[in-house]
Amino acid sequence: MTTSPQPSSDATRLVTPAMLVLWLVLATVPLWIARVGLYPYLGIEILIWSLYALAFNLVLGTAGLPSFGHGAYFGIGAYAFGLCQFNVVANLWVCLVAAFAVAGLAGALVALFISHRRGIYYAFMTIAFGQIFWTLAIKSHGITGGEDGLLKIARLPADFGVARFDLSDNVAFYYFVLVLFALAVVAMWRLTHSPYGRIVAAIKQSETRAAHLGYNVWLYKASIFTLSAAISGLAGGLFAMAQLAAFPDVMSLHQSGYVVMMTLVGGGLVSFWGPVVGVFVFLIARDVIGALTNAWMLYFGLLFIAIVLFRPEGIAGAVSAAFQKHSLIRRQGNSAMRLLFGGERWR
Amino acid sequence: MALIEAAGIHVRFGDRVVLESIDLAVPEGEFHGLMGPNGAGKTTFFNVLTGRVKPSRGSIRLDGRDVTGLSSHRIAAHGVARSFQIMTLFDEFSARENVTVGLPAFRARGFDMRHAAANDSGFARSAMEILATVGLADKADIRARDLSYGDRRALEIAVALAQGPRVLCLDEPTSGLGSDGVQRLAALVGRLKGKLTIVAIEHDMEFLFALADRISVIHWGQVVARGTPHELQQNEWVKRSNLGRFA
Ligand SMILES: Nc1ncnc2c1ncn2[C@@H]1O[C@H](COP(=O)(O)OP(=O)(O)OP(=O)(O)O)[C@@H](O)[C@H]1O
Ligand SMILES: [Mg+2]
Repeated sequence: MTTSPQPSSDATRLVTPAMLVLWLVLATVPLWIARVGLYPYLGIEILIWSLYALAFNLVLGTAGLPSFGHGAYFGIGAYAFGLCQFNVVANLWVCLVAAFAVAGLAGALVALFISHRRGIYYAFMTIAFGQIFWTLAIKSHGITGGEDGLLKIARLPADFGVARFDLSDNVAFYYFVLVLFALAVVAMWRLTHSPYGRIVAAIKQSETRAAHLGYNVWLYKASIFTLSAAISGLAGGLFAMAQLAAFPDVMSLHQSGYVVMMTLVGGGLVSFWGPVVGVFVFLIARDVIGALTNAWMLYFGLLFIAIVLFRPEGIAGAVSAAFQKHSLIRRQGNSAMRLLFGGERWR
Repeated sequence: MALIEAAGIHVRFGDRVVLESIDLAVPEGEFHGLMGPNGAGKTTFFNVLTGRVKPSRGSIRLDGRDVTGLSSHRIAAHGVARSFQIMTLFDEFSARENVTVGLPAFRARGFDMRHAAANDSGFARSAMEILATVGLADKADIRARDLSYGDRRALEIAVALAQGPRVLCLDEPTSGLGSDGVQRLAALVGRLKGKLTIVAIEHDMEFLFALADRISVIHWGQVVARGTPHELQQNEWVKRSNLGRFA
């Protein structure tokens, strides 16, 4: 008989040992990244995509809702950051809040239409809405710059009143993103282990039971989607700063697919850290394999297929399964199929 | 006055009428049994009582208040709990966490995103008390999916009890249990009897005739017979279908 892990004390912590180790390692990245043949900008990309993938996994992993159009919210955050800077006020904090809020608003709007669904219908509707936003971004040339992108976005300085930091240098910007990333990780860790997060996880397992226990299932699904979209938008705002521009292609279906791949490859369905693992593997593979062959995406695609077929729990799941002898994590991994094809009928 | 009262419940799926017209009034504290052949519409009737299916005609009153057409989470919040014929648990959660999610105090904190759920010893204590009443105290940390069939049946009821309900609807609680399991369950339900209002669908006549205050027989979408177990033995319909032989 398998017993579930004791509610680990990590669940009750604000900051876990794993977080500390990760942050410390990440804090040293600018010191050695150039020496291993990579470049500081890659570090920025990894942090931003990790934030995005963790936000995305609130929907995919925690809530079990297959969203395949999440790039829309990342992109909306990027545009909101730029447009706020040009048209409202060129203040870093205001523009980041705008990225968060506008993407959250777009997420809430979509959530209104999709939260009564699940499984494949849910997936299709997220794709449809993602395509709508992507098309809007391309067609609204006057606002977004269309396919040319919204250019000349500035890395606004981080003004703390007493001190003011210039972020135009990649290393300074890296540390700025790292601080935001660390704060967001604490918030999302808390969220997943809060009563709210546990209820969302319960709804993933049985909407029926949760509803008959008095939970407004629709509201939970809509709110977690909205939150996830908002944090994705924040990541998008940072991405606009990183790129000094916002482009529509992050909103496209295939870029939306990247975050799904990263999350699944990393093991987001079984582990909080899965998405981060996936982002590391994906972006480093892109740069390392990509330097050798143009067909790097082919190899990554094959890795993705292999993992979904043989190790649906992803890298993080495989690693922890190797540590823990019993197979419960493996079995949980099969939820990859279950959440695609609808929750309760597939158990 | 009846605590829960259904009047003229009519349900159709497409052009198939499943419930013709069901009336049922259960006074507070009564144990009311429902029986009838497979496909008679018993589960559908529960689905109407608990807001899962909206009746095309008829009304449901809870403590005099019209709750017809309310969604299931609203009806649950009004104190109607149910167990499921096909077990419906949070399979990846431990037994304790299954029960915790059922607690109204937990639901009240449902949008708390800032505190760790596992930090609240109050929830854990309430959950353990409820697990103890169904005999699962020593299995609190076992994942629901890893429990034995009988224990999962018990957990079904524990989760419903966690709601602190006024009305408990049990859909074939003995289904799939061996005779030991049925006895254990009969003892549990016997202890609950009188403390809350219970409506139980059951095919196990021995179980039902021993525990129920009154029984309604549902057939062809209607109540074809109703009475105390003793009265039902005299009933023509029950005699003909040989349902009363255990009483
Ligand atoms: N959502 C639905 N859509 C269409 N038909 C349904 C639906 N739910 C139930 N039915 C049909 O209604 C009839 C009654 O089903 P119900 O489950 O209520 O019967 P029951 O009395 O609980 O039977 P059993 O003793 O086998 O559990 C069945 O023929 C079933 O196929
Ligand atoms: Mg039934």
